[in-house]
Parts: sequence; structure tokens; C-alpha cells
Amino acid sequence: MNNEVIVSVEGLSKKFGTFEAVKDVSFTVNRGDVFGFLGPNGAGKSTTIRCLLSLIAPDQGKVSLFGKSFQTNRREILANVGSIIEKPDFYRYLSAEKNLEIFARISGAEVSKKEIQEMLDFVGLGDRGKHKVKGFSHGMKQRLGIAQTLLHKPDLIILDEPTTGLDPQGIVEVRNLILRLKNEQNKTIILSSHQLAEIELISNRMVIINQGRTLVEGRVDELLNAQELVVRFEVDRLAEATSLLSSAHATSEISIISEKEFDVTMEQHQIPIVNKLFVENGINVTAIEPKRKLEDYFLKTIQS
Amino acid sequence: MLLKNTYNEFVKILSKPRSYLGVGALTLLIGIIIFAMKVDGKSIISFLTSSFEQTLTFNGHVLNGNLIAFIILQMLIVHVPLLVALVTGDLISGEAAMGTIRMLATKPISRTQIVLSKFIAGALYTLFLTFWLGILALGVSRMIFGTGDLIVLNSDGLVILQDADILWRYGAGFAVAYLSLLTVSSLSICLSAFAENSIGPIVATMAIIILFTIIGTLDVTVFDSVKPFLFTTHMAAWRSFFEDPVSFDNIRESIVILLAHNVVFVALSVFAFNRKDITS
Repeated sequence: MNNEVIVSVEGLSKKFGTFEAVKDVSFTVNRGDVFGFLGPNGAGKSTTIRCLLSLIAPDQGKVSLFGKSFQTNRREILANVGSIIEKPDFYRYLSAEKNLEIFARISGAEVSKKEIQEMLDFVGLGDRGKHKVKGFSHGMKQRLGIAQTLLHKPDLIILDEPTTGLDPQGIVEVRNLILRLKNEQNKTIILSSHQLAEIELISNRMVIINQGRTLVEGRVDELLNAQELVVRFEVDRLAEATSLLSSAHATSEISIISEKEFDVTMEQHQIPIVNKLFVENGINVTAIEPKRKLEDYFLKTIQS
Repeated sequence: MLLKNTYNEFVKILSKPRSYLGVGALTLLIGIIIFAMKVDGKSIISFLTSSFEQTLTFNGHVLNGNLIAFIILQMLIVHVPLLVALVTGDLISGEAAMGTIRMLATKPISRTQIVLSKFIAGALYTLFLTFWLGILALGVSRMIFGTGDLIVLNSDGLVILQDADILWRYGAGFAVAYLSLLTVSSLSICLSAFAENSIGPIVATMAIIILFTIIGTLDVTVFDSVKPFLFTTHMAAWRSFFEDPVSFDNIRESIVILLAHNVVFVALSVFAFNRKDITS
């Protein structure tokens, strides 16, 4: 990972009529980053991403990709970017292969028919190349969208909700694909997703925006480690367990969830110690579940 | 990149079933007219010429391919704009409705080139449709009905054109008719640049043609200053080639007005599409 800035957004603002979709959003993405772009619905993610791709002209602020601005280097920039925005849409009356040929022809790179077939194979649509897109499921269109994104071998890949509509196996495949692009080809990836667990697994940096504003930006591990871990315990004797825990860890924050479940904030290394304490005192522990850190962090950040 | 995307646009047009609707409709309509003229053409012609029979005698092959082609052109030139708009009105707005405009606009091709390639593809499609109209109307009619002098009835009276003097008139007439249809194509693509659905620009194009045609035919002085500048006024300019002598000044004026409309529609589309926020 190096610190060469690939995407720089400074003070980005965009209004639609009187509605301020984006207000003063700023962030940077470095080469090799898998950059998580998070925010609730209506936060301004899509508007920001559309500004990044020159689909929408910002009212204020500066967007530069690869150190260049769209005003003077639009073609050069877009030749090096692959993207899926919201959902991949294709010409329904054309085959998957023909669709890729159409986009390849104007991608700024020479893409052969063999490479198109290889890309279809790569996304698992090798035997569906001749089929018209109108018969494709949403998941198949997502795969075709990914193929279209990678076809011209761009350095920067922008994926807006790439796992929407995919089955669990498909989600894992997309995750592995992103990791391969990052690790083997040092691609820079901006990933907008509601799948927080996915972002946590594969992103190294992230930004959270809400109501059009940047809330936090930074390294995922640093942001998450700055908060304590919440662990859910399921035990057979809840009262005794919480009392024991309170006396052992006076500062722990305990929340009762149900007759058998409670949440407690602690550091990761304390989990086996607490488990041992319960077992030694005859309390049966039936489940220990560290709650998703990013999900918790995201909700706290949004609510604050 | 302009040529590559024009090729793409042509692939898309050729792959859409509605592109063949126009060709099919044209073939069917001309087929019906030719069939009707074959079956009952003589009585139709004698009915039309009956008012002249007290002063004139018509000898020879009046019901010939040249006359049938003229009748077909007269009848269909009103309907062909709809067939053109059906395809061209969808070129930009159809992409917005499908969502593919997003994909196009994030490729390394300028928005101006995207619009221009659609205009070129639309112009080629219109050219093909005009050629098809010409082949069926003139070629097939002359094959079935043979050739002969052309008798044309216009506002000044009866014009008889020698068989040897006709083909160049059809050639020039089809060229001007093409320019008229190209103006319709440009108008519908222009409207398409402002819309997000497929049907709107097609309906709006036809509505504008109907409105302008009505204004053009209304004998109201308040519209007199506007009429010469409406493109619909010049859509029948092809007919001027079948006058004797040919009024080249009027034709030249019509060509200039139609070309000016094309330039304005293209410029407006490029301007609008470049400023458009793509939110679909």
C-alpha cells in the first residue's frame, strides 16, 4: 500500500432544486486501497459516486482522479476507470457477448473477442455469452456488470452495491474477486455497500457519510479498534452471570437482551477469561458472539 | 471514437424489433396501394381525369409506374415521419429509460460524440427507409406497371412530364424528401435528449408535426409571418420537382430552412446532453 492519491474529493456539494444531496464531502483514496463507502439510504453516496464519474456536475468542490480533473482530462480519466453504478443495466435485446463488445469498443482499449470470452468465463457466464440479457437474473446481470467493469483493465474500480441480488456463494465469489484484484493486480477499489460485514472483511480504509456530509474517514482497523468490542453471551443462569461479571469487571457495561442473553463491552482477549470464570462457577455458556464491529460502529456514528 | 460509437448505435438499431416495424409497415402499405392500383387503377384514373375529358383526350399508358410512384409518395410522405420517429425518438431517452446511458456516459467518449453518433445512426436509418421507399414505390411500380409519361395534377393545373424527363426528378425529389425526414429524425433525437422515457419524444414529435401542419394550412394572417419558417411547410418541397418549369428558388429556400432546422436541433441536443445530470 502506498500513499499515492488516486481519488481526491474536496468540499463536494450538489443540490437538486432546493434539496442538498451532498454538502461539503471530502475524502481521499490511495493506490491499492479497497475503500469502503458507507452511509444509510439517501446519505448522498450515489450522488457522490456519480460526481466521481462525471455523470453529475457538482455545484461546488473539486474532484480529481489520478491527479487530473474532468474539465481537462475526462477521456483519459474514464479510460482508466471501471464502474457499476447502482445496478448494471444492459441492452436487453442484445446477447451478453454483444453487450460486452459494445462497451469494449468505446472503452479506450483494444479488447479481443477471446478476451471477452475469457472475461465471461471469469464471471461464470462462459456458457451464456450468446444468450440475450433480457433472460438474465439480477445476479447474472451483476456478474456481467463486473465483467464489463474489468474488461478494459482499469486501475480504479468503482462498485456500487456489487453484491445486491447475489446468492451467498455469489457474494463470496465477488468478495474473493475483489481481494484478488487488490492483492494480485494492486487495483484501487471503491466499494459502496450495505453489507457491512463485507466491507469490514475486505476494506482497508473507509468513509461514512450521512445526510450529505462526511462523518468519519480513515483506516478501518484504526477506527474500529478505537471502540470497545461488544460481546453477546447466552447463559443458563443470567442473574448469576451478570452479577459475577459486575463484581469481576466493575467498569463493564452490561445490557440484558433476553432471559438468557446479555451484551457486555470488553476487549477481545477478555472473552476466554470471562468464559472460564462462568464455567468455574457452574454457569453453562451456550453461545458467545462478538457483535459485528463495523455494524455497531456504523450505527453509533450515524446516530451520533 | 465517434465512428466506433456510430457503429455501436447502428448495431443497436439493427437489433431492435421496432426498427423493422417501419420497414414492414412501409412494405405492407406500398404493397396494398400497388395491389389496389393493379386491381382498380383504371377506374380510379378515369375518375380523376373525368373533369378534363371535355377539353382533353388522354392517349397512351396513363396508369404507369411513374404515376403510381407519385401517388405512393403523396400518400405516404405524411406517415413515414412516424416510422422514423418510432426509432430515432428512442435513441437517447430509451437509453435513459433502460439505464444504459449511465454506462455509456462513464466511458471515455465525450457526450458530444455520444449525441453526434446517435444523429449519424439516425440519419443512416432514415436514409435506408427513404431508399426502401424509393425502391418499392418507383422500382417495383415501374416493374409492374411499366413506364410512361407522368401526369401530375397540381394547384396550377395539369402538368405532363415526358418519360425521359422523370427519373432525375424522382432522384432529386427523394433527396429533398430525405432531408425532410432527416429533420424529423433530428427533432425526435433532440426531444429525446430532454426526456427519460421512450414514448414521450415519439408522441411529442408527431404532435409538433401535426401542430405545425395545422398552422401551415390555416388561412389566418397572424400565422403568415411564421409559416415560411416552419419545417413542415417545406416537407412537401419534393413536389416542386414535378412542376414545369421547376421552381429551383423555392426548392433552394426549402433546403436552407430544413438544413437550418437540422443544425439547430443537433446543436440544442448537444448543449442539453452536455449539461444534463445523469440521475437515471
